[in-house]
Amino acid sequence: MSDVAAKVKELIVEKLGVPESEVTPEASFTNDLGADSLDTVELIMDFEREFGVQISDDQAQKISTVGEAIEHIENSLK
Amino acid sequence: MNLRRVVVTGLGAITPIGNNVSEYWDNLLKGVSGAGLITLFDASKFKTQFACEVKGYNPEEFFDHKEARKLDRYVQFAMVVAKEAIENSAIQLDSIDLDRAGVIFASGIGGIMSYERDIADFLQNPDMPRFNPFFITRMIANMAAGHISMQYSFRGPNFGVVSACASSTHAISLACDQIRLGRADIMITGGAEAPISTSGIGGFNAMRALSTRNDEYQTASRPLSGSRDGFVLGEGAGCLILEDYDHAIKRGAHIYAEVAGVAASADAYHMTATHPDGLGAMLVMRNALKDAGLTVDDIDYINIHGTSTPNGDPSEIKAIQGVFGESAKKLNISSTKSMTGHLMGATGAIEAIASILSIVHNEVPPTINHKEDDVDPNIDYSLNYTFNVSQKRLVRAAMSNTFGFGGHNATIIFKKFEG
Repeated sequence: MSDVAAKVKELIVEKLGVPESEVTPEASFTNDLGADSLDTVELIMDFEREFGVQISDDQAQKISTVGEAIEHIENSLK
Repeated sequence: MNLRRVVVTGLGAITPIGNNVSEYWDNLLKGVSGAGLITLFDASKFKTQFACEVKGYNPEEFFDHKEARKLDRYVQFAMVVAKEAIENSAIQLDSIDLDRAGVIFASGIGGIMSYERDIADFLQNPDMPRFNPFFITRMIANMAAGHISMQYSFRGPNFGVVSACASSTHAISLACDQIRLGRADIMITGGAEAPISTSGIGGFNAMRALSTRNDEYQTASRPLSGSRDGFVLGEGAGCLILEDYDHAIKRGAHIYAEVAGVAASADAYHMTATHPDGLGAMLVMRNALKDAGLTVDDIDYINIHGTSTPNGDPSEIKAIQGVFGESAKKLNISSTKSMTGHLMGATGAIEAIASILSIVHNEVPPTINHKEDDVDPNIDYSLNYTFNVSQKRLVRAAMSNTFGFGGHNATIIFKKFEG
């Protein structure tokens, strides 16, 4: 697992209070991890802060799974 | 119009002198001060460096991590006292009509600590200006009522009430009215406040409203004493379960007391100063007595607003003398803010609880921190202020006064329950 993926996972576990094993790349924030729309917005903000990247509202709306978040952040950092 | 009778069937409290109702009441009778140096933020640069904080509170005892961070401290306190009160009332949630169960819960300010923190976060990130998505929901002053309804599925009347330091007395009054008018059978009501923050202390300091006795903080809240120099800010919450009399009897509920009468009025005079002749205060007490169908000789205890400010205390006493006349000398008066500090929008709720328990136990909690020669020429000391030591006496009915910035006055009277 990349450093980004590990950190993303850690932030999700911390914020949503879910077991680490459930935070798979396919897991959907709202359908699988119990997040509501506000939780998701807050998570995106945490990612921005942690990695120093900007995620626009349009981009954020396309991120619905853990894997998509990691991919977006990794591309932004390239 | 026939109004239904309303009784009190559950209590909950988290205060600077006790984190549940029984601890709170024991310490009220013992005359314990809740004041201490501020731990919630660095107050070293402020004129006032002490307050009445809730002690030993750990949110994780009551909420899971994910839930707790969505709730401002004031909403957390509200949830904690609602839980105690619901358990205390022994209401079986699956055996009541949840469409006829409501919540009216007050806060004077709302989530000021969250407000401060989120604005600071925003300003620290000028390149990426973002507000937290929970900024609004943590801040707004009605959210306690919302969260309590979600917890217990109470779908009846639901809103918050804001009238500064009178907020929770107004909330209890309105909750009582819902039952009286037949709109609900059970109401969770009260108030919560968590104002001990840089802006809370700084703002009230700027108004010169707070005591600045940093060296003598435990005795700084000294209502009715000549040397009083302002109020002491407090935090916490109080909750009452109000219930239709027939509903309570039918389910065999324990009944603490009956709500006898309520009233509200305005000073229509000044933003912060009470009317010097206590006009609004007299009106609200007279109207509460009328609403209760009681005379001045029926009241045995008045839990006064008595914040320990130079102007507020004498005008309230003058108002009591104006309403009660010679009968004012027969009753007990006390300001429990001498012990708890001033809980703003929660003060009416915890003082309602003190009034109810004085009726239940026939004992009046004291006004602490008074020294015999520490007098104010504008206060008549022939009245019984229950200084320093609690007093056992028959309490048939107790009145609780609260007055808020804006000139809002609210009074509620409880009486012994007699079938």
